[in-house]
Amino acid sequence: MAGSISSTIRSVPASGFVASKATSEPAIVRWLLIATAVLFLGVFLFLPLAVVFFTAFHKGVAGYLRAFQDPDTLAAIRLTLLAAGIAVPLNMVFGVAAAWAIGKFEFVGKSLLITLIDLPFSVSPVVSGLIYVLLFGLQGLLGPWLIAHGIRIIFAVPGIVLATIFVTFPFVARELLPMIQAQGNDEEEAALTLGASGWQTFFKVTLPNIKWALLYGVILCNARAMGEFGAVSVVSGHIRGLTDTMPLHIEILYNDYQFVSAFSVASLLALLALLTLVVKSVGEWQSRRQLADQAAGEAKESQ
Amino acid sequence: MAVIFKQKSILPGFGLALGFTMFYLSLIVLIPLSATFWKTSTLTWHQFWHVVASPRAMASYRLSFGASLIGAFINLFFGVLVAWVLVRYSFPLKRLFDSLIDLPFALPTAVAGIALTTVYAPNGWLGRPLESIGVHAAYTRLGVTIALTFIGLPFVVRTVQPVLGDLDKELEEAAASLGAGRWQTFTRVLLPAILPAAITGFTMAFARAVGEYGSVIFIAGNMPMRTEITPLLIITRLQEYDYAGATAIAVAMLVVSFVLLLAINLLQRWSSGRRGRESSQESAFLGATLKPVLGRGEGQ
Repeated sequence: MAGSISSTIRSVPASGFVASKATSEPAIVRWLLIATAVLFLGVFLFLPLAVVFFTAFHKGVAGYLRAFQDPDTLAAIRLTLLAAGIAVPLNMVFGVAAAWAIGKFEFVGKSLLITLIDLPFSVSPVVSGLIYVLLFGLQGLLGPWLIAHGIRIIFAVPGIVLATIFVTFPFVARELLPMIQAQGNDEEEAALTLGASGWQTFFKVTLPNIKWALLYGVILCNARAMGEFGAVSVVSGHIRGLTDTMPLHIEILYNDYQFVSAFSVASLLALLALLTLVVKSVGEWQSRRQLADQAAGEAKESQ
Repeated sequence: MAVIFKQKSILPGFGLALGFTMFYLSLIVLIPLSATFWKTSTLTWHQFWHVVASPRAMASYRLSFGASLIGAFINLFFGVLVAWVLVRYSFPLKRLFDSLIDLPFALPTAVAGIALTTVYAPNGWLGRPLESIGVHAAYTRLGVTIALTFIGLPFVVRTVQPVLGDLDKELEEAAASLGAGRWQTFTRVLLPAILPAAITGFTMAFARAVGEYGSVIFIAGNMPMRTEITPLLIITRLQEYDYAGATAIAVAMLVVSFVLLLAINLLQRWSSGRRGRESSQESAFLGATLKPVLGRGEGQ
């Protein structure tokens, strides 16, 4: 039993596929396939990424830095940081709660709940913004009441924050769920049996086990929150210096033919995206190792 | 309440966690979404149909769905190819290419939009050579298709990759020893095994592309009846203060999203069911633990 498990772990895809002659392709086919894949990825991924930094530094470092002297650009950066600063922690708390309820317990209607959590991801960003306009806008359900009480949500900061929360709603929960399910309940049950409280069990046992998935979930949620365009565009009202986020400001600059400035602001968001990918790679490597360790430990036990 | 709503467990916090989940879900997602349907119910069926089936709306559906479908097919073909190359072969910078697959998922859509437009504009890096052979990419339907291909790129690769990695080599050895050529082994043995995952990825890419806005509007040209995508039409209606019109088209899109989401869930069940049956006993253990981490379904 133990032998078979450790042998399957060694043949996990990451460790590479050992090809023999009968189950492999001729070298020319191999290189042709690799060349096609590299060309496809190069054209679709490398070129757009390269053009962002190329255009941003087109007029040198001074031209790049000049973009960040514009007060409207700085206001846009501040608003983006504010919206993400509210949306990400809220969605993180939700993600952990949802993953705990769904991953650790068996109850009726679980798959329906997962589908509902996925909903914001499959809805068009434009529709995501529109639903808040229909709820809080002038002609909306709550619009007249809000006007009477002097509360502005649409075409103001609260609307932007709400739309951001909606579009980044599933990410933390979705990253945590497979991890929390894979860990199982054994360790938590052991901790509780040994007299730990519920919160102690969560912070000392569960959290260390899911920390990489949580980190990637939060970083991804943050990247999407800072980069959201369609939904925020609908609720923002595009008031320069007041309700413009970074992506909306990029659109304004681009449409004004201020390409260097547009791509300079865009380069910040592109760097954030690259950082997200790095965290994902490291996190995946870490969780894979953690699970392999766990499996090896279990194999030893069953010996 | 059902007879047994929840199985017994000694772990605490179920009530708190589920309660908060339901509260937050209702507040952020369910109540605002139902407001949309409430708004539509103020329209008569005739008015609704008049907006949803207007020639301009129909032209936008044709473009949005048509370009998304072409993009998803391009991603189906190249996605399987890229997944194959990443799992089976080793080549320089492979890790880098592997990590970069998720770029369309992490890169803000507005950034992708202006970057793609700059690459494919008539004086762009690829736009100029294309222009010289008479192909106009930016500000045409081709441009829309390029942007929608970009946005759906990670899905097929990421659904096929783990399935391909888990396949037993014995299957291919058996095929080879029975006299099958490599191509025959691929089409008869490997392709049927990865097909459910590939179709799941295809549907995800399609669903994502249909609603896409930010990466498309810069490269599309946005001419009514010609290069106007459906999400843009909703925005146009809103800017004209035609809330009922915007809502009617939005509801039509929401219904399509729900149907696609349902299809993806069913496909995933089919896909994991097949994988469970085909993997041998020892990898069934891995199926429960490692696969969710390796084959992260990209948010879906």
